Amino acid sequence: MNRTIIKLENVWKIYKMGEVKVNALRGVDLSIKEGEFVSIMGPSGSGKSTCVNMVGCLDVPSKGRISLDGHNIAHLSESELAQIRGRKIGFIFQQFNLIPTLTAIENVMLPMVFQGYSQEDRIKRGKELLALVELQDRMHHRPTELSGGQQQRVAIARSLANNPEVILADEPTGNLDTSTGKNVMDFLMKLNRKEGKTIIMVTHDSYVANAANRVEYLKDGKIIKTKHN
Amino acid sequence: MLNEYFNLALKNLLKRKLRSWLTMIGIFIGIAAVVSLIGLGQGLRNAVIGQFSFLGTDFITVQAGGVQFGPPGSGVVKPLTKDDVEDLNDVNGVKFAIGRLIKTGKTEFDDKVSFNFVGSMPDGEQRKEVEKILGIKAEKGRLLKDGDRLKVVVGNHLLNKDHLGEKLKIGSKILVQGKQFEVVGILESRGSFIIDTVVFMNIDTMREVFDKKDDVSAILVKTRDGANMNIVKENIEKVLRRTRKVDEGEEDFRAELAANNLAALDSTLFAVQLFVYIIAGISLVVGGIGIMNTMYTAVIERTKEIGIMKSIGAKNEDVFILFFFESGLLGMVGGIIGIGIGVGLAKGLAYIGSLQLGSNLIQANISFGLIVGALLFSYLIGSLAGILPAVQASKLSPVEALRYAK
Ligand SMILES: Nc1ncnc2c1ncn2[C@@H]1O[C@H](COP(=O)(O)OP(=O)(O)OP(=O)(O)O)[C@@H](O)[C@H]1O
Ligand SMILES: [Mg+2]
Repeated sequence: MNRTIIKLENVWKIYKMGEVKVNALRGVDLSIKEGEFVSIMGPSGSGKSTCVNMVGCLDVPSKGRISLDGHNIAHLSESELAQIRGRKIGFIFQQFNLIPTLTAIENVMLPMVFQGYSQEDRIKRGKELLALVELQDRMHHRPTELSGGQQQRVAIARSLANNPEVILADEPTGNLDTSTGKNVMDFLMKLNRKEGKTIIMVTHDSYVANAANRVEYLKDGKIIKTKHN
Repeated sequence: MLNEYFNLALKNLLKRKLRSWLTMIGIFIGIAAVVSLIGLGQGLRNAVIGQFSFLGTDFITVQAGGVQFGPPGSGVVKPLTKDDVEDLNDVNGVKFAIGRLIKTGKTEFDDKVSFNFVGSMPDGEQRKEVEKILGIKAEKGRLLKDGDRLKVVVGNHLLNKDHLGEKLKIGSKILVQGKQFEVVGILESRGSFIIDTVVFMNIDTMREVFDKKDDVSAILVKTRDGANMNIVKENIEKVLRRTRKVDEGEEDFRAELAANNLAALDSTLFAVQLFVYIIAGISLVVGGIGIMNTMYTAVIERTKEIGIMKSIGAKNEDVFILFFFESGLLGMVGGIIGIGIGVGLAKGLAYIGSLQLGSNLIQANISFGLIVGALLFSYLIGSLAGILPAVQASKLSPVEALRYAK
């Protein structure tokens, strides 16, 4: 397959809560190639979100090495991490996480604001992306005026705003009913197959996980099993 | 880019309208107080300086009547005379002394009656001096000249309907103390109600009309260049004490440096303004704290939103700017409303004042600079109040912020 785009080597994440230490990740090794669709499964509290957040540069490991495109991000400043997040990574969350004061298209355009795109470019791309998730007729609706599935599709469109290489989805269907979840999954799969986006997706649903090329099983902060589909 | 942040900030303010309004109250009270009081204070100062310049500032004025004897010309007081003027001309350090008659007179024109100050103009060289001191210029017609008998020059506001009316023009015949005069000049407005409603006539005519052969109402003394005004004043007092046969401390006349009066006025005005500034300042500080409080609340409320923005590429600076703008905007909108209220208040108070005084002596003087200054200042307060909350917002860790449950 293609080049390795993300590599985790012996990654530890330790949360200190007063005297108590929580080992959320305990030496995770993981490597993901360009264009891959990887699912992460595991019981609640096993460290899935922690792992994905670290890949997404939202957090840095307590120990170990995370390379994006061959660069170690463990020692980058918050500003540099934000740059990488903005350009290379698109997030999709379980709770959709749209900004409630902004309309669908404004939400989709917001990542482009932080990258300094012109208003014209933002509107053009925003419209294209909403069309991609079949929401062009909901452009000026606020999140509260959209269904869960529609909100998640807006979030998918937003994750694509700056044309990132990697999409990180943390339980994207977790708040949706089965058929709506399937619809959202269809869009994610289309992104992987047609646009060649690398996708890392956390899920509890083995049916959803099976859509991936590969499933990684996490337990107690360690990868205990890998399954190739 | 920046206007995008501005839009975002504006949306957030509009979303919580009631809170935004409440937050701005402190700012607009403060700004309204500052704007209206600076406006009125400046207007008041202009008005009073306008009155004083009637006498000139680098002059010594001498009037009959001691401080303890009530206002000059109250009858009991022994008036100053032409002889006193002669005497003062010989005092050491005096360049010249000019005697002037100033009376209240009844003027009539076109069935209208008005009571005004009537002032005398001296003949010859001294005429130019007095014109210069009073700062009078003819807007229409001309100023008086030697030999103008039964001719007058009138102040600009005499044309107002509550005086002689706008029919008054060059060549009009008016009655002063029952005697007919021809109007040969109308003065430019000076912003001093005394000069703007005055009737000037030559000294000889005036002595005739008011039947005052020797009296003078006031003596204007111009000192020689480089002379110490205080010493000249003392010399004048010495001479007058001798000629009027009074002891020191019991003078029935008053010599004053006009400049001293101005300074006294300024310090009174300053005290009033200082008091108001302090109150306005307190209000603005309270307003600023209100903004700070609102912004801290907003940061907590929008913790999750901050996490979201960071997850999609907002740098710490971006988050800072967003909140910083928002609080600056809160201050500025408060300022805009405050300026509106302040201007209204100043104009309203000036209007009430003008009704009370029967003249538009006090005018709200609201300059462009004052408005721009108030606007910038309110933005500044808002921004300053927003710094700490904005720093707090920008420093939130993205993961923690995203985990924050509403
Ligand atoms: N900020 C934090 N402070 C302290 N402990 C934390 C923090 N974030 C996560 N943890 C702990 O780390 C462990 C892993 O958490 P994580 O959120 O990654 O689990 P998860 O696999 O995503 O679970 P779920 O399926 O419930 O979302 C948990 O024990 C959690 O309590
Ligand atoms: Mg999780």
